[in-house]
Amino acid sequence: MKETRDITVNVNGTDHKASVEPRLLLADFLRHTLGLTGTHVGCEHGVCGACTVLVDGDSARSCLMLAVQADGHRVETVESLGRIGQMNALQESFHEHHALQCGFCTPGMLMTATDLLCKYPLATDDDIRHGLSGNLCRCTGYEHVVKAIRAVVAKAGRTR
Amino acid sequence: MKPPVFDYIAASSIDMAVAALAEAGGEAKVLAGGQSLIPMLNFRLLRPSILVDINRIPGLGFVEETANSVRIGALTRHFQLETSAVIARHFPILSRAMTHVAHLAIRNRGTIGGSLSHADPAAELPMMVLLFDARLHIVSSGGSRTVAARDFFLDPMTVDLDGAELLSEIVVPKLPPKTGWGFEEVARRHGDFALAAAATTLTVSGGVIAQARIALTGVGPTALRAAEAEQLLLGQALNDGLSKRVIIAMHDAIAPQSDLHASSDYRRHLAGVLVGRALAAAWRRATEAAA
Repeated sequence: MKETRDITVNVNGTDHKASVEPRLLLADFLRHTLGLTGTHVGCEHGVCGACTVLVDGDSARSCLMLAVQADGHRVETVESLGRIGQMNALQESFHEHHALQCGFCTPGMLMTATDLLCKYPLATDDDIRHGLSGNLCRCTGYEHVVKAIRAVVAKAGRTR
Repeated sequence: MKPPVFDYIAASSIDMAVAALAEAGGEAKVLAGGQSLIPMLNFRLLRPSILVDINRIPGLGFVEETANSVRIGALTRHFQLETSAVIARHFPILSRAMTHVAHLAIRNRGTIGGSLSHADPAAELPMMVLLFDARLHIVSSGGSRTVAARDFFLDPMTVDLDGAELLSEIVVPKLPPKTGWGFEEVARRHGDFALAAAATTLTVSGGVIAQARIALTGVGPTALRAAEAEQLLLGQALNDGLSKRVIIAMHDAIAPQSDLHASSDYRRHLAGVLVGRALAAAWRRATEAAA
């Protein structure tokens, strides 16, 4: 059995080449191989949503994908959204609405919300809550997270 | 919470995939969306010798309309089904059902072939293919065969598929005209597996029910059709009394599990309420269409 596979993954706009074991999870590839520790790992079985990233623009649990599956694909992590002093509109809105406390779930919330904003009108708060139902937060009670996303929807001039 | 060691092959064709499955002699697992398989690997509930990744096989994810049916490729992602215009036109009940399947990040990756092959007893898609009397195309290195959905699901996470076989396509016959539908599900949290769910279609002709289908999930070892309850509806117009008799017949036909989420009695009661609501919605849609 060949022990490792050579892969090239475009992460946040940069191609990364690596030799990985087939069993290496995408989450661990991002965190340990590339040092991108913005992606958090909570449950490691697809329940908590903390490790959510975008793969070819679509949100995906990076604990439910193997790094070899990302070979030749484009991955975006929370590090792609902005940086301190230059946060994007969604991050600013989370800041503005106090949508985080400990911050552990926040990278997953942000990447999930990024995909939700692309794919759904999010016309009601219920729609936002349903969209966030796969992301667990133990601090906020979700209220402020919903408000933060609602504000982004409103600012983009969509219907309430 | 890391997968055990396994070999890995990214198949570039169905032939290559089934050859690898045959060579592994039943020790392989097919990696489609991976949304159930990878958690099971992380928990080390499975230790396959090799994963056969079918994600790079071109042309395995599609929704295609034919004269009498809609063909769905096994690698079609849940989100594709949820948003497919062909599905919305011919099977609006399936569009609705897909919004209950897990969460967006899971729907982006998960596939219909994977969900049917995995056959979780509380999943939506096994119930839906049973409802539609769909046919499943299965390939192996020895050839191919077709199995009816109602013969496919054998037990929890056990289907009529041996280790060398791959589910490649699902063929869903179009519904007759003047068919109404109802879909009802209760889960603890939106997107979770159903505590119980019901899907029904009623075809109305001359003011009475000409064809009735009732499918359920979460209330037995596999998704199921309530065949005796369906029979009671034929030739009748739906009313509260008939609905109650159908629910009683359905109650007698199911034996739900008790677990930490809900008792058997609760699930049985819930299934009845959901069937009642789904039948009412199906009747309303069918009679509006017939009017």
